[in-house]
Amino acid sequence: MSKTLSIAVHHLTRVEGHGNIAVNVNNGKIEKCEWQVPEAPRFFEAMVRGRHYSEVARITSRICGICSIGHTLASLKATESALGIAVTPQTFKLRELLKHAENFDSHVLHVYFLAAPDFLGAPSVFPLVATHGTVVARALRLKRLAHEWGSLIAGRTTHPTKAVPGGFSALPTVKEFIELKAKMLAAVPDLEETLKTIKALAPAIPAFDRPTEYMALHCKNGYALYDGDIQTVLPDGDKKIYKVADYRKCTNEYLPAVSTAKFTKNRLASYAAGALARFNNNHDQLLPAAKQVAADLGLKAICTNPYMNTVAQVVEIVQSFHESLAIVDEFIKTGFKDEPLVKPTKFSKGAGATEVPRGILFHEYEYDKDGMCLGGNCIIPTNQNHANIQKDFEALVPKLLDENADEKKMELRLEMLVRAYDPCISCSTHFLDVKFVR
Amino acid sequence: MAKPKVAFFDFTCCEGCQIEFTNYGDPVFLELLNHVDVVEFREAMSEKTTEPIDVAFIEGSFSREADRPRLEEIRKRAKIVIAYGQCASTAGINALKNHTTDYKKFVYGKDSEMPHLDSQKVLGIDQAIKVDYYAYGCPVNKYEVLQIVSHLLHGKEPVIPNYPVCVECKRRETICRYDVGDYCLGQTARAGCGAPCPSDGIPCEACRGFVDQPNHDALVKVLAKRAGMPKGWAEDKSRMFTANQRGDAK
Repeated sequence: MSKTLSIAVHHLTRVEGHGNIAVNVNNGKIEKCEWQVPEAPRFFEAMVRGRHYSEVARITSRICGICSIGHTLASLKATESALGIAVTPQTFKLRELLKHAENFDSHVLHVYFLAAPDFLGAPSVFPLVATHGTVVARALRLKRLAHEWGSLIAGRTTHPTKAVPGGFSALPTVKEFIELKAKMLAAVPDLEETLKTIKALAPAIPAFDRPTEYMALHCKNGYALYDGDIQTVLPDGDKKIYKVADYRKCTNEYLPAVSTAKFTKNRLASYAAGALARFNNNHDQLLPAAKQVAADLGLKAICTNPYMNTVAQVVEIVQSFHESLAIVDEFIKTGFKDEPLVKPTKFSKGAGATEVPRGILFHEYEYDKDGMCLGGNCIIPTNQNHANIQKDFEALVPKLLDENADEKKMELRLEMLVRAYDPCISCSTHFLDVKFVR
Repeated sequence: MAKPKVAFFDFTCCEGCQIEFTNYGDPVFLELLNHVDVVEFREAMSEKTTEPIDVAFIEGSFSREADRPRLEEIRKRAKIVIAYGQCASTAGINALKNHTTDYKKFVYGKDSEMPHLDSQKVLGIDQAIKVDYYAYGCPVNKYEVLQIVSHLLHGKEPVIPNYPVCVECKRRETICRYDVGDYCLGQTARAGCGAPCPSDGIPCEACRGFVDQPNHDALVKVLAKRAGMPKGWAEDKSRMFTANQRGDAK
């Protein structure tokens, strides 16, 4: 059918950072279909030059306010790899617990504050205070729990302070962990209600499948979040593993002919990172409670519907909660050992990766003999998802045209798609070469 | 009396200060909404307004001329403008590259001359528009923000400390970082955070900026002599969060 429509969403709301959606259809012909990123560039790789290794994570943490714990941890891992530092098992465990706190925190924020309003027909969480007051109060309680849980370990959740190269500058006490456990257990009813709410909203998730490649960390000891190798899975289930040190080989940044934006790709034309990518790679390692939630919410690997990323986040909220309870219990039993920071044994180049809420994150640095940074490189999940979002747009717009969608419906569907990826655009543009139409 | 209309805007930053706003928990957040009407907050809401607003919280730095009209437009319709966080107040971490000229080439290589990568010397928003109050910190101290809001609601002038972080360490009896062989910027850094970092075993990096008249020469001397910091590092140390407040900032 012949149809003419134009969508121009300038500075998409309810996402971190600034992104635009531009679609022009003229007489049924798609003339433009773009995901654009006009965020102001910030040049972090240049900022870390000449800074001491103890300062670098404090600087790169500032790339992103939502995933600053993840940036801190990826940065510390890269620096420690470059400096030949092997952290103690206690530090490793505490960092895992910290990583869980961030993913729980960020997923709660995304599911309740950024994604849910679309399903409830509200423009934001604020009108929901009047209409769905108990839901908003519950979201705020869960958000505060995650904030207190992360702060206890890292000093604070936005730009953590205590996580430093070689370990932690200060440790929590067993008494504080007993209190944390009590707070976590008190949140169980809120978690159960969350699942009910999401189950009620799940049928409204748009049906749209576009098979792609999924990249995530993989670890043989459990569902990978803080640490692991790089793994990708194709829609047919074929898996491939890469070492973190070889991250450039599977991210393959390139400049497409029609665009100025740097995209990433690996085995297919684009790949996805994030909760859904982690689920598709590592679903068989989920705890029984999280597996049950996935089954209840209709999430089955390999899921190729990007809108289901939000559901995968809910599964991960449950996973992180139970894994963390076990870690907290262990520390209550064993107590904390006062350990000095592990010192550098060399000064060279090294890479580190961790799973942040939006997907796999890579940092890499090189240091001179005095421990001063010579330069860095960061590849951010949203940066890796931009190409996949663009390919989704190219598949979704014709589908919506076939379904005879009007401008309003198409705009909402495209907005919801971008939000499902939970993009973190401030993050992605510190490096990205952006596609920009003036 | 109608509730004051409050709006949040973001420029060049990480938006972490907006995230702090969601970290109060239910009692504080919901009580706050009894006193103010949040009318615009892009990161969290789709509603937008062109109406006059009572208080504008502006997050992020002024990093490109193209952002000036948007800042001016916000100023025009806001009774009170608050620089929300360090990026908006003094440009904070974003100013760390201000003394260099090759940053674009370093990060973006052959594509560095693309027009959208335009970035000037990064400044606080008060270099583009008039600012009434400052909520310092990277991130902001969310309880100080509550105090500022509460003071304004009661028609009082918010009190922002202009004394150094050392005062707060003494008050909470934290052992000085210099006494354990570390360095610290607390002697010139603006207080108001409660000095959590030295008590957690790390130096103050002056993330709230400097006090109004910092003795920077003395700071460099103390870093080199008392902490034994190599000369180059001691001189560059304060570029991290306070580059625009150094004597050599142009």
